[in-house]
Amino acid sequence: MSQNNTLTRGVDIASIGRGEPSLDLENENICVEVKDLNLYYGGGDKHALKGINMRIPEKRVTAYIGPSGCGKSTLLRCFNRMNDLVDGVKINGEILLDGEDIHAPSLNVADLRRRVGMVFQKPNPFPKSIYENVAYGLRLQGINDRRVLDEVVETSLKGAALWDEVKDRLHDNALGMSGGQQQRLVIARAIAIEPEILLLDEPASALDPISTLKIEELIHELKDDYTIVIVTHNMQQAARVSDYTAFMYLGELIEFGDTSTIFTNPREKQTEDYITGRYG
Amino acid sequence: MSDVRDVTQHISQRFNAELRHLHNQVLGMGGLVEEQLANAITALTEGDEQLAKKVYNNDYTINALEVSIDEECTQVIVRRQPAASDLRLIMAVIKTINDLERIGDEAENIARMSIKITGLTQKHYVSFIHLSERVREVLHGALDAFARSDTDEAVDVIRSTFKIDDEYESLARQLMTYMMEDQRMIPVILNLLGSARALERIAAHTRNVCENIIYFAKGTDVRHISLEQLEEQTREH
Repeated sequence: MSQNNTLTRGVDIASIGRGEPSLDLENENICVEVKDLNLYYGGGDKHALKGINMRIPEKRVTAYIGPSGCGKSTLLRCFNRMNDLVDGVKINGEILLDGEDIHAPSLNVADLRRRVGMVFQKPNPFPKSIYENVAYGLRLQGINDRRVLDEVVETSLKGAALWDEVKDRLHDNALGMSGGQQQRLVIARAIAIEPEILLLDEPASALDPISTLKIEELIHELKDDYTIVIVTHNMQQAARVSDYTAFMYLGELIEFGDTSTIFTNPREKQTEDYITGRYG
Repeated sequence: MSDVRDVTQHISQRFNAELRHLHNQVLGMGGLVEEQLANAITALTEGDEQLAKKVYNNDYTINALEVSIDEECTQVIVRRQPAASDLRLIMAVIKTINDLERIGDEAENIARMSIKITGLTQKHYVSFIHLSERVREVLHGALDAFARSDTDEAVDVIRSTFKIDDEYESLARQLMTYMMEDQRMIPVILNLLGSARALERIAAHTRNVCENIIYFAKGTDVRHISLEQLEEQTREH
């Protein structure tokens, strides 16, 4: 045995050559299923999403990439019915969250948005203290017990990798934080109400490289507990953080597959042209 | 299927130029290696010592090209973060220039051994000459396939390299017979056998180059599989 250790310099031979197991959508638990989804803006003038069918796996990171105007943010906003707030939007098709249609009349939209949290490109903390930002969702639910709030604020800030930086100034105004900290605070606010899904719409595009890496690290840690869907213009970021990648173009889902395949050997020429920066 | 001639379609003209330059550099290096091999074989079969010296004095050009192309690949990776077929092209180039450099080394070995080969008659050379022609053909075919991203030709070349393995085995047996027939010839024939072994190694490196071409063009890794599996996998995609 000791001879073996000398020969392999302490490396376990059985572990050599075994990287991350390759992913297969067939083996995943599905969190969201999109069926024949069409979305029109302007009362039907602009067909923004065209017959989208896809299944988003649970506790994985799914990234949407594609040029501006391809419909990726529109699709993301469908998952918590944010598009309901836009005038003249028409939607047909189905979106099933854990098998339940999110457009069903019986569904409570406020409850849906609690289950599906969202973080935007520009950090949008409330002009309140760090503590109150995180506690906000719970207070809305009528929870005012100080001990409960203290605990959730701490857990959420730890979950968002922000606790160590702010624990001594929880009652300072959140607007005094850096952009990267504000974005992590917004993520802490989103996870405080324990959603199932986190939608991230270009969460790092307004941040410097170090803050971006912190957000990416955070995404990697959060996927143990949440299903994460991210829209990004940064393809290297999609390659780094996501397990699955969807490429959209002109309102259509062109290709959806495991990230390593999409970035090394995509099936569709349109995907290849986009990720290699060729004329489409 | 990816074609290296599509590298001109990037939105960034500078990226196009970088990849095109890289591709041309590999073909240029391949041409030099072919010339070195041809000269080494001529030096051996015609006993041309001057030519042999020229071969081993030229090897440094090939080594220098390997280093400079490697550096260019590093620069492209750091500047462009290539993906998909661009990434596969860079990977294929890095591996191919390594194989070409090794082929250059084998040509140099043949040239060095050629100086020690004297006093043989035509019958000793016949099979060696035949083997050397096959090896030059496969190297030429592999470089053509690289130039055109031609996976069909790459598969043909791989098939031929397996035949070269067999041909080398039979040449080795033949040379052993000559050594047994006349023991005084052993040192000389050992050099001829060494040169034949170098040709066999060149064919093996050429096979690697073809595998790199298939990886680039189809995204399929065809290393360490049988010829039958290779033919099946390249047909599927």
